[in-house]
This record gives sequence, structure tokens and C-alpha cells, in this order.
Amino acid sequence: MPSSRFILNRIFLYAVAIALAVWTLAPLYLIALAAFSTKEAVFQWPKLFLPTAFSTETMAFFVGSTGVLDSVKNSIIVALVTVVASLILGAPGGYALARFRFRGKDAIQLGFLISKMFPTAILSVPLAIAFLQMDLYDTLWGVALMHTAMALPFVIIVTAGIFVGVPRDLEEAAQTLGCNRLQAFWRVVMPLTIPGLAAAAIFTFVLSWNEVFAATILTLRNRTLPAQVLSGLSGSPLYYRYAGGFFMILPAVVFIFAIRKYLLNMWGNIVR
Amino acid sequence: MAGIQFQSIRKIFGKTLAANDVSLEIKDGEFMVLLGPSGCGKTTLLRCLAGLERVDGGRVLIGARDVTELAPRDRKIAMVFQSYAVFPHLTVFDNIAFGLQMQSRPRDEIKRRVEDGARLLELSDYLARYPAQLSGGQRQRVAVARAIVMQAAVLLMDEPLSNLDALLRLQMRAELKRLHQEIKATTIYVTHDQVEALSLGDRIAVMQNGRIVQCDAPMNIYDYPANKFVGGFIGTPPMNFLPGVVRVNEGKPIAAVGESHIAPSVALASALIEKNGQPILLGIRPENLALASAQHANTIRARVLVVEPLGSHKLLTVQVGAEISKVSVAPDQRVAPNDDVWLHFDPEKIRWMDAATGDAIHPG
Amino acid sequence: MRVRTESILPYSLLAPTLIFITLLIVVPIFQAFLLAFQTADGEFTLTQFEKMIADTSFADALKFTFLLLIFIVPAQVVLALVMALLIHTRFKGHTFFLYIYALPLAISDLAAGIVWLAIFTERGFLNSGLFQLGLLERPFLFLSYQNLPALFSTLIIAESWRATAIVMVILLAGLQVIPRDYFEAADVFGANTLKRTLFVVLPLLRPSLQNALIIRTIFAFQTFAVVLALAGRVIPVLTGEAYNWYALNRNANIAAAYSTLVLIFTVIATVVYFRLLRTSTAEAGFD
Repeated sequence: MPSSRFILNRIFLYAVAIALAVWTLAPLYLIALAAFSTKEAVFQWPKLFLPTAFSTETMAFFVGSTGVLDSVKNSIIVALVTVVASLILGAPGGYALARFRFRGKDAIQLGFLISKMFPTAILSVPLAIAFLQMDLYDTLWGVALMHTAMALPFVIIVTAGIFVGVPRDLEEAAQTLGCNRLQAFWRVVMPLTIPGLAAAAIFTFVLSWNEVFAATILTLRNRTLPAQVLSGLSGSPLYYRYAGGFFMILPAVVFIFAIRKYLLNMWGNIVR
Repeated sequence: MAGIQFQSIRKIFGKTLAANDVSLEIKDGEFMVLLGPSGCGKTTLLRCLAGLERVDGGRVLIGARDVTELAPRDRKIAMVFQSYAVFPHLTVFDNIAFGLQMQSRPRDEIKRRVEDGARLLELSDYLARYPAQLSGGQRQRVAVARAIVMQAAVLLMDEPLSNLDALLRLQMRAELKRLHQEIKATTIYVTHDQVEALSLGDRIAVMQNGRIVQCDAPMNIYDYPANKFVGGFIGTPPMNFLPGVVRVNEGKPIAAVGESHIAPSVALASALIEKNGQPILLGIRPENLALASAQHANTIRARVLVVEPLGSHKLLTVQVGAEISKVSVAPDQRVAPNDDVWLHFDPEKIRWMDAATGDAIHPG
Repeated sequence: MRVRTESILPYSLLAPTLIFITLLIVVPIFQAFLLAFQTADGEFTLTQFEKMIADTSFADALKFTFLLLIFIVPAQVVLALVMALLIHTRFKGHTFFLYIYALPLAISDLAAGIVWLAIFTERGFLNSGLFQLGLLERPFLFLSYQNLPALFSTLIIAESWRATAIVMVILLAGLQVIPRDYFEAADVFGANTLKRTLFVVLPLLRPSLQNALIIRTIFAFQTFAVVLALAGRVIPVLTGEAYNWYALNRNANIAAAYSTLVLIFTVIATVVYFRLLRTSTAEAGFD
């Protein structure tokens, strides 16, 4: 029989846990409620907390607004290019940091940590000017380049952590069994790191999908979704903003939930 | 065929010399054990042979081929790793088949050879399993099977038994010996366990600080250690070393140990005459010391400190002068702590060593 | 030659990233300095900074940026610490709660601003709720310029809601590195939960705490979209001003001056934290 003190303790613990969960989830529920209602319901007083006025009207209005669908498409393209580019560029570097001892390694690692810290603002303004001269301004390539640069330090540190998890012996065993370095990587390291790399890819996608400042500064007409919502913030009706907010949140939340098991490892690595 | 030659191998890690001008020749089909404490360079030497480590000097030859600059896969070797390095994402079958698949062998040949290898290591029932579903001992067998199905002329093993528990290790040790008798591949086996080395090796190369200090058949290493280090490293308990001084009386050399005198074997006498007045070490194994009831020739006074009955024998800890020695006696020997006894030295079994260098003194 | 490729391999693997980061991070930073400190003729000048400081919003932007920092960072750390310690007790169902607490990791500050806009706006959910409970007769204007403390509080709430998740994950990762023996040892010595947290867990968690502090402080200087979504231009912040000067006023030089200021604060904060971190890691015995 557990003591009554133990039971009280448990009740208190769960009460706090549930309260914090409500604090996290309630705003998400409310924005969903606001995003799926009629235009009138947005201005209704007082508002109801149950989905009595469920409607896709505001969502449809948002999706149908000029530029929104294009911006969604743009966001997806930019995020995909960012994921592919940053993994292709960054993963080999992460592998190098994980596997080799070489001169200057500490300095390079510190450099990556520092480059993560530079404010987006200071990078975006000069890049906008440079992109203007290179005909990259207001293109998805420009935004994707910027996002790749922002994601690279993250990708390299996270992938290094992933590759460190594969014992070196496995690669050497493959080499003694007839593989060259590249074959050993493809046949042994890749299959073992695919889940981790996929998680890193998804996280990179979310980074790009959410990025506001650079995307807004670097584009004018070819907006990504956050840039589209931000630039229209002051001039758009509330229901447009609610729907936009929800639309940005949904895929990101789903993705993060999909890679939930890797979050601790990734952030554990990144701060070490 | 596939003998191996290390010619003046040098390997440097930062400032430490892991292999310091090592030369060693291994005959075709021989089971060679590289034995030494951790950090002595034995694994480095093995990895240089596998091609996993690049040598900083010297050549490595397999058969008549100079493989110094070749990648591991071009050296026609197979290796068993200390950690087993079994691929966790592949089944036992695919693990064993990995090397054969890399050689693009026909499918039915792969199947046949994998099944043969599995049978040899009693893995036939586990071919469809993943390593995570196996015990440590079974994973170890997979690693061995994976290496032997390659039918490479050279088989390398890096402490393959060190991660097994004691009982399993004993069992696998015998099995590895049987395997070698069956497949007859030239085998290089790295270990820090001297019992493994004695039991498995056709020859043992004892290493210390990046050098081979002695390379010989196991019983020669045991009976005639080249120096104090080898004598102390091999044998449980290790060799005893008693300090003494060489004295020459009427042309005959003896060692003065305390007040006692120990005579050398006839063969060694002439070499010892030159060392008159020099300090020496008498190396003797615990089983070559016997208890005597009274003072005879070649006896030394000692006091028993501890008596440990170990079933097959009794192990005594005795004090000789200021030194502590171990003595192994028959289990029915009557002896008790604090007994004063006489230790009898078998002159043929004493290893005389130069006290300054620790090296054994050889007949002149 | 195999010898050479082996030693060059790590560098060649890293080269693409290093080149990319040089071109897109290092070079732009120098260009930003040039924009901020140079005249059109390429001479050194402080006029852009003088203009920036003379700007009506500058003092407010500076003040609010630091105020936000002072309120947000501790709020996030305390809340995150409670979450992390709670999860670390490994009560039944703790992973489920962990995933819930981590969800805001996915949410951008713009989206977070919009979420809380729906709650704090005049006819929003908070006013509706308070009215239905009979606590209010008519909506309270949380987001009005006439009620700056309330408006400012909404920013703190929105940012705490969003970014606590990151801090929690960092702290939890830190907690997991601490050997469980420490917790059990504390139990044996009869430490109650509060004492244990204060005297055993927190000192051991200091490296993670300080890492979290660095990351959050750096990003707090960059707070911008959440402010824009909730407060418009009523509450200016430094990064927001950089955005306005570039996107609205088309003045890259003053935008660069603002960003340079943010960078300077970031560097100072990082250096200060690194100093603290170095001494404390030695004390805590962590490497």
C-alpha cells in the first residue's frame, strides 16, 4: 500500500504536468478554433470556446487570397532546396568532424558555433544588396541560399553527433571485407544513420519554413509564406492573420511531432 | 604462400612510438600471438597489417606481395574485431555474406559458404536473426564466421575474446584452436591475456613499448623469458625475482643471496665468471621452488606469510630477506603461516638476469 | 598517392561548408560593417550611427529590447526548469507530456504572435472568457498603446509560451547526463525535493543552464515578428527597427547600423556568458 503522502505527491505532480500541458496546448486549440470559423465568428462577442461555428470559410478565404498559394509553394520549394543543399554540403563536414583528428579541428568547430550566433538581421541587409547585383534578389534561390547558410552550422554539428554514434569499427570491418571508404559509408554508415539524418532534415525544413526576417528582406513579390503573412500584417483582416498563423503552425507541429524521439539528442548535441 | 613479413615497421602517434622498428616474420599457416600490456603497440601492428593504419616507415609483405601501400580490401585478409563490429542493420546471414557479396560471388556459392561457416560456428539456427537478438557470445561467433568464410589466407584477430565472460572465453578459446587446425589460415592474434597466448599460439611475440622483446614458442617463452619483463608478464603468479651478487670462488661462480649461495647450471658458469661482483637477479617460477626441511645446497631461508589452498596446489606467499616470493607446492604439503622454511632452487630452472638491464644472461 | 588523400580528406569534406559559410556569413558581416561605418565615398563615418541614435524610436527600441530580455529569459528558464525536472522524475506518461511541452519548438515567432493575438485582441478569447465568467463587463484593451504594461506583458507571455520548449529540451538533455547516482545519494542523505533541487541538481545542471541562457539571450536580441504581430510599431525593438529601415524606409545604411548594434550586444553577451561558463564548469567538474 502506497502511503497517503505518496498519493498526494502523485496528485500534485500530475496536476502540475497537466496544467503545463494545458498552457502549451490551449493556445494551439484556440488558434485552430479561430482559423476554422466563419468571418463573422471572428468578431463575435463573446466568443465561444467550443467549435460551434466550425467552418472552413476563413481558411478558404486565406488560401484563396492573392499570393497565398504561391507563397506556400515558394516556402515548400525554398525549404526543400535548403534541406537538400545543407545536407549535401553539411553532412560530409559533420562526418569529417566525427571521424578524423586533424589540425584546426577545434577552431573550425568553434567557428561553426559562433556562426550560429550571428543575427539574421546583420546578414540579410548586405545579402539583399549583393543579391540585387547578382539577380538573385526576389528569387527563391536567394532565400534558399540564405537559409542554407543559416542551417549549415546546425546541420554540421547535428550530423557530426549522428555519425559519432556509429562505431568506427563497423566501417573498418567493412573495409577489411572488401569495401573502399565510400562503399563502407554507403553500405554501413548510411543505413544506420538514415533515421537520424531524416530527423535532421525535417528539423532543417522547419527552420526554413518558419524563417521570417531574411525571407521578407530578400523578396518583394516571390514571398515565402511567413514573408507573405508578415508583410500583410498591418493591412489584413484578423481572420486572414488567424488562418495564416494556423497554416504556418500545422505542418511544423506535425513534423516536430514526427521526429520527437530525436529532439533531445539533437539539442543535447548542439549545446555541447 | 601467405607468410607475413614486417620489415622495420615504424608508427608514430603524436609523440609516442607505437611501433619502433619492428621486424617479424610469420610462416604460412602459423598461429602467431602478439602479446603485451595495453599500449605496447600490438594492436597498432595488427592494424598496420590490415591496412587500417598507415605505417610511418618500413614495409609489410603478405606472401611475396608488398602490401604497404594497399587499401585493406586489396590485402586479402580477414579480421575479427575486439568489439565484434557486427553490422546491426543486417541479419546474421547478411553479416556473414557481406564480404562475399562485395566480391560479387554467385548467389548459390554465397549461400553455400555462409551455411558452411554458420555450421562451423553453430549459428545455423540464427541466420535470420538480427545481432540485437543475439547474446554476446553469439555475436562473437558471427564476427568469426564472417571472417573465415572469406577463406582469406591471413586471418587477423584483435582481442576477440576479451568481451566475453570467463566461462565462455574458455570455451571459445578451445574452439578457435580447433578452427585454426581446420582452416589452417595464417593467423595473427592480438591479446593481453598471457593464458590465451600460451594456449593458442604456435609462437608468441611479446611486445613492450613498441618493440618485440621476445618471439618464441610458448613453452620457451615460459621457461626461458628473455628478460625480467617477459618473466613477470607471463605466468600466474608471475616469476619471482630475487636480487643477489655474483661471487667467484676458486673459479666457480655462485650467486650470494643473503647468506645463502645458489649455483648456476654448468652451461652458464663461464658467462657468469665475467660478472664477478656484479648484482644479478635470480628469476624462478613458483612451481620450481620446493620446500626443504633443512639447509642443503641451493637453499635459502624463508618465512611463510600466507597459505592459499587452491585445490590443485597450494600457493604460498613467503618472505625471503626483504623480498616477497610466491611458491607453489603440492596440495598435501603441510605448511602453516609463520613457519620458517628452506626454499630449494632447481638450478636448471633458474633464469639468471643482469640486475641493471633485466636481460637474461646467456651461456657464453 | 594514398598518403596524401588520407590527410587531406577531412579538409576536403569540410571545404564546401567552409566556403559557403564564408561567402554567406563572414563576407556579409564585413559588408554590413562597411554599410554601417562608410560614406558613399568609402570613408569612415559615424553619421549613420548618429542618425540612428537621433531617430525618435531608437531610445525606445533599446529600452524595450533590454526589458524584453530581462523579463523573457528568466521566465523561460524558470518555466523550462519546472518542466524539465517534472519530466525527469519519469512519472508514468512522462514521454507523452514531454512531446506536448516540446511542440512549440516548431512554431515561429510570427505564428506565436498571431496565436496570442487571437487570445489578447479586443474580442479575443481571453476577454470572452473573462466576460463569460462574469469578471469583466466589457473587453479590456490588452493591445492598446494606452496600456503599455499590459501590451508588454502579452509579449512576454507569447515569447515564453513559444521559446520555453527550446530551453526545456536543452535542460532535459543536461539532466540526462547527470548520473542518477547523484539523485539517489541525495535521497539517502534525506534531502527533500526542494533541497535536492537547489543543492544537488541545479549546481550539476549549471553548464546546461548557461548554454540555454546564451542561446536564449542571443535570440532575445533578435525578437521581432512576435512584437510586430501583437504590438505593431507601438513597441519598437532593435531588430524590428532594422527591418523597418530596410523594408519600409529603404535605407540600408541605418538598417546596417541597427544590425551592427545587435551584433555588438550579441558578442558582449556571449563573451560575458562564456566567462561565467568557464569558471563554473571547472567548479562543477564537468568538461
